[in-house]
Amino acid sequence: MARFLIRRLAFALVLLFCTSSAALFLTRLAPGDVTSQLGLFASPVEIAAARTRFGLDRNPIAQWGSWLSRAALLDFGDSFLYNRPVGPLVVKAAGNTAVLAVCALIVATLAGIGLGIFTGTRRTGWLSGLVRAASVMFLSVPPLLMSLMLVFIAARTRLLPTGGMSSAGTVDASWVETMIDVAWHLVLPTLALALPIAAAFERLQSQSMSEAVRQPFLLAAIARGLPRREIIWRHAWRVSIRPICGVYGLVIGSLLSGSFIVEFVTAWPGIGRLMYEALRARDIYLVSACAAAGAGFLAFGTLLGDLLLAVADPRVREDIEA
Amino acid sequence: MRIAGAVLLGLIVLAACAAPWLAPNSPNQRFPDLLYAPPTKIHLGDGMTGPHLHPLKIVSRLERRFEEDRATHVSLRWFTGGVLVSADPDKGVPLLVLGADAFGRDRFSRLLHGSRATLALGVLATLFATAVGALVGGVAGYAGGRLDALLSRVSEFVVVLPAIYVTLALRAVMPLVLPGSTIFLLLLTIFALLGWPMVARGVRAIVLVERDREYAVAARAAGASPTRLLTRHLLPAASGYLSTQASLLLPAFILAESTMSYVGLGFPDTTPTWGTMLQDASNVALIGDAPWALAPAAAIFMVVLGVNLLVQSTGRAPIQLER
Repeated sequence: MARFLIRRLAFALVLLFCTSSAALFLTRLAPGDVTSQLGLFASPVEIAAARTRFGLDRNPIAQWGSWLSRAALLDFGDSFLYNRPVGPLVVKAAGNTAVLAVCALIVATLAGIGLGIFTGTRRTGWLSGLVRAASVMFLSVPPLLMSLMLVFIAARTRLLPTGGMSSAGTVDASWVETMIDVAWHLVLPTLALALPIAAAFERLQSQSMSEAVRQPFLLAAIARGLPRREIIWRHAWRVSIRPICGVYGLVIGSLLSGSFIVEFVTAWPGIGRLMYEALRARDIYLVSACAAAGAGFLAFGTLLGDLLLAVADPRVREDIEA
Repeated sequence: MRIAGAVLLGLIVLAACAAPWLAPNSPNQRFPDLLYAPPTKIHLGDGMTGPHLHPLKIVSRLERRFEEDRATHVSLRWFTGGVLVSADPDKGVPLLVLGADAFGRDRFSRLLHGSRATLALGVLATLFATAVGALVGGVAGYAGGRLDALLSRVSEFVVVLPAIYVTLALRAVMPLVLPGSTIFLLLLTIFALLGWPMVARGVRAIVLVERDREYAVAARAAGASPTRLLTRHLLPAASGYLSTQASLLLPAFILAESTMSYVGLGFPDTTPTWGTMLQDASNVALIGDAPWALAPAAAIFMVVLGVNLLVQSTGRAPIQLER
């Protein structure tokens, strides 16, 4: 187990190193640089000063070297756009993305598994038919379309805020009010991100549940006269949960991709938006820090997925412990 | 279900092919007095023969309110000027099935013309990614050894990366403003680059098993060259897998194009695509009053639904999770 974790940690570090370095080089070699943000009327002296401050006057390898040596001391450089160190900026944005992703994952898991068990154990009936049809529909509505649609509904009905993370005028509100306000703004992006995944979970769980209830040991349980609830929740559910655990790692990866566009549409100040702004402005250190944060998310997500799979499947557990 | 999916996709492809004939107006023609105009209402009766419409007069530019000029009648013209049906766009009285966008261009015509770039890019990228994936996977599985190890490492690494961020980064490091044709090639390359590894991994696994089966051994014994063995015997064994993968890649690529164009890193505004059209839908102030701005989203939904219906009923239901 310890060896497995160490190996994964090493992999995560390599991934972090590769993606942030690649991001640095790509942004550095891209046409144009951050001094274009100074505007048309910047004097040559100002431009030269900015180029020196961001290491743009040195060759890319030398810049990468000094960036790396400072990054080892947790100094990731300054952002030009925001004129402050990139560390706190990225941590804040990554936190916002994490809140969004975790909420979406919880909603998707609860709704998907619950409804999947419902439709998997009832093959007839209008309600389970409805759920099944809704799932096939939602599978075809990826986060981009879902967020646009929800924004439309929110704009039409004025039930929910259409974007952002907090209302105007909450600056001096108490923290309870702030929390409620943020939660209220969180509903729309969470739904946009969670519904397609919930649909995928529902289909998976439904299929494996309907296969599970046909197994001999459950027939025996039914024959023994165990109550329906106990059969489903104590016995059938535990054998049918495996397929979902198997795709959990993949889902966590897709959450990161999906959250980019959801953040964009609903103006949620997360890592996707920050990276987009940084890329457009050629804000070189901000880009590489965002890339590192994204890679960190991914490494953590796949690790979580694998551990979950190990909990559910003894064969995987043996592989990990070996 | 399967037939419904095929019919849906067929209709969309047909509409894309017949776009110049079906579109009432030119996709880039601007009607400066009709910015954000609602869909044109078609009237019958009023003492006119056949369906006709009234020109829209702007009441308030700020509120985007329009009123019909009831005194004037413009009949619909069928089969004139090489289009199915239109009104009188040259006199500023166009037929706007889905209203006009922020520049006063006909949204319906743009939707039809936009389907061509969007679908062509999606289909071509799918073909490229599948072909490259099949080739690389086949060679890796057949050759084995160091080549296999190298190709597998590379594909594993690419699969781990979150595709939309890599696309974003690769696109953003190019000059931000590029002509439409350059963007088409650029996105095609990026999509193919990111799409092949998923295909290659599966094909490799299949070829690895199939190459030791009796029929493959027999073919080799009969003197078949590796190329022939691979193309005639081993890759056909992976065809089912390839079609499943293609059905996952096509919606993912169409979405990727839309996402890139939506955030302003895809096609320029003068090239209508579903993604560039979606930018209109991002205007929150507008969207509550103009649900027709969501038409490109509906179009994307239909394509994804069509592909899903087509595949779902073939037995193996792919769980669609682009990353």
